[in-house]
Amino acid sequence: MALARRSSTLLKPLSAASSSSSFLHRRPFSTDDTTTITVETSVPFTGHNCEPPSRSIDTTPKELMSFFTDMALMRRMEIAADSLYKSKLIRGFCHLYDGQEAVCIGMEAAITKKDCIITAYRDHCIFLGRGGKLLESFAELMGRQGGCSRGKGGSMHFYKKEACFFGGHGIVGAQVPLGCGLAFAQKYRKEDHVTFAMYGDGAANQGQLFEALNMAALWDLPAILVCENNHYGMGTAEWRAAKSPAYYKRGDYVPGLKVDGMDAFAVKQACKFAKEHALKNGPIILEMDTYRYHGHSMSDPGSTYRTRDEISGVRQERDPIERLRKLILAHDLATEKELKDIEKLARKEVDEAISQAKESPMPDESELFTNVYRKGYGVESFGADRKELRATLP
Amino acid sequence: MWGIVRQNVGGASGLSSQVMRLRPVASAMRNYSSATKEMTVRDALNSALDEEMAADPNVFVMGEEVGEYQGAYKITKGLLDKYGPERVVDTPITEAGFAGIGVGSAYHGLRPVIEFMTFNFSMQAIDHVINSAAKSNYMSAGQINVPIVFRGPNGPAAGVGAQHSQCYGAWYGSVPGLKVLVPYSSEDARGLLKAAIRDPDPVVFLENELLYGESFPVSAEVLDSSFCLPIGKAKIEREGKDITITAFSKMVGYALKAAEILEKDGINAEVINLRSIRPLDRATINASVRKTNRLVTVEEGFPQHGIGAEICASVVEDSFGYLDAPVERVAGADVPTPYAANLERMAFPQIEDIVRAAKRACYRAVPMAATA
Repeated sequence: MALARRSSTLLKPLSAASSSSSFLHRRPFSTDDTTTITVETSVPFTGHNCEPPSRSIDTTPKELMSFFTDMALMRRMEIAADSLYKSKLIRGFCHLYDGQEAVCIGMEAAITKKDCIITAYRDHCIFLGRGGKLLESFAELMGRQGGCSRGKGGSMHFYKKEACFFGGHGIVGAQVPLGCGLAFAQKYRKEDHVTFAMYGDGAANQGQLFEALNMAALWDLPAILVCENNHYGMGTAEWRAAKSPAYYKRGDYVPGLKVDGMDAFAVKQACKFAKEHALKNGPIILEMDTYRYHGHSMSDPGSTYRTRDEISGVRQERDPIERLRKLILAHDLATEKELKDIEKLARKEVDEAISQAKESPMPDESELFTNVYRKGYGVESFGADRKELRATLP
Repeated sequence: MWGIVRQNVGGASGLSSQVMRLRPVASAMRNYSSATKEMTVRDALNSALDEEMAADPNVFVMGEEVGEYQGAYKITKGLLDKYGPERVVDTPITEAGFAGIGVGSAYHGLRPVIEFMTFNFSMQAIDHVINSAAKSNYMSAGQINVPIVFRGPNGPAAGVGAQHSQCYGAWYGSVPGLKVLVPYSSEDARGLLKAAIRDPDPVVFLENELLYGESFPVSAEVLDSSFCLPIGKAKIEREGKDITITAFSKMVGYALKAAEILEKDGINAEVINLRSIRPLDRATINASVRKTNRLVTVEEGFPQHGIGAEICASVVEDSFGYLDAPVERVAGADVPTPYAANLERMAFPQIEDIVRAAKRACYRAVPMAATA
């Protein structure tokens, strides 16, 4: 079927069943990566202590279509997670990324899987962008064996080490020094790769961020700090939390770039620019002006500290997927129906992944005691009633 | 591998120094041979760092004053000249930042040795030790292990006041996912630091400032560059049959001196050098108590929720029937550390405190009746 030919790395048929759907006659846009299409970013970049890159970006039909397809899948995944949480299949924390998809999609387009990414707890889509599977994501959210952390991590602790995705962190701001540490290792090993350490406008005020940035600048580490500014740190608007909410300038001696985070091509251009900069000159800050439609987490309705008009306004004016849709239609790369079909397929893939994930069993009870150490030396560990439950750590 | 176990504390072998060899050597285990050389703890740590850095290019040292200053306590002396500034990294005074950078570099496969100038300053970075390092292997179901060592002086020095004198053994010792080591002698310092650096998990390595200058005999095998001590095994420093005294770090020396005094009163004390707080060698401790039937625990840290409390609980759980007297705890006083010399002396265990507690444990044949 046509979708198996699609360039998107995210949508792969999960089982034989899905590949027998009707073949859609397609124009050959989906694999066309030779025609150049030039797009302009919605707004120009604003630089701090650096010359911003051009707002004209070259792309191909293949890339345009893959952006749309991948973002549609991510959007679907997050909306489905919302329902799963409300039906109590997902417990604890669940921080959704819908609205912010352009940031991780644009970033992936500019980098390789040997460049590292580390982020906070709003990590499901970033995991997908790094090559994570829908099944692994839903199974982890539901605490099952098929999850990317075998059910032991949960929503905030997705990892994919072989794709240089280092999580998934629950402590606000901690991931920034960790990300600078990844960059330290890359430089130590003389690799030609960079690290993107992602954080929010809330975390942007953390002291440890400035400690790490200072060292990254002193030692010229290839660290790119990406502030996903969705304008609210939980329920606190940026102007109430930061004396200076110009996060791209907060690095002072470290250059920065302000980017329209709802524009996947602007993000791609900024990340490409940042990677080149970081490899030569050390750290740089990218501020992605983005927006989350959901509240901070599933326990936050998201409407007590912002108006519904604001939310629907962003959805109408700046939605990243709609922006792609308009571009694709304007360049006549697909019809409206074809795009709707892609979204329908995304929904189908997500539904299939969820039902597969539901089949995945809960972890075996012995997993309570696994992975405490990499090397346990046969040490004893204990359950709640230590005379009843003990284990030897291998 | 795992199972529901009702009773699993058997008699531990109670061997003295168990040495883990990395190259095959003729004989298996033996006590340290007749000492031909003495080495300070400082030199022991320095030589261990030097050898491990030479053996593995991924090992690097990071902390305040570790490079050009040659180390605040000279533990890293000479390493900058030998290995260069990329591997001996001086940091600004930003513990949260550099501990996080260290952990991040360990995520990516380097083997950092992060120095806290004292462990009091580790509190600035404790989130990285615990949430970023200790828990990562578990949360990632084994994908991300963290081969990092956090080392530095722990506990009181002399006259440094309340903010510079705390012992962090109990805090770090309670965290699953960490290993917590507490060397006493030069042999301990060399063997445990080398083991810590080679270990694939995060290790908190608690040294003692006042021990740095102390000399201990070291055998040829301790000086060998492959020398390593097993993690999680205590050492019986002095065998005895009347009472068990557990201690770690500087208190091992005090316990040994207390044992000499007790000997004159006909009390033959067995002194256990814990070497490892996590994993705690419950087997050795319990085997010893089953032999002697009495226990005194010694530590410099605050008494509530301390190491002695854990050891007491372990012995009560596993060897209750063998106790002929309640367990005695000797610990730091339940106060912030005072500066004045006489008060500071009262704030930490002295040899006479250990002797007194041991005698109490020996003369009390029946449990003391509840006081009114």
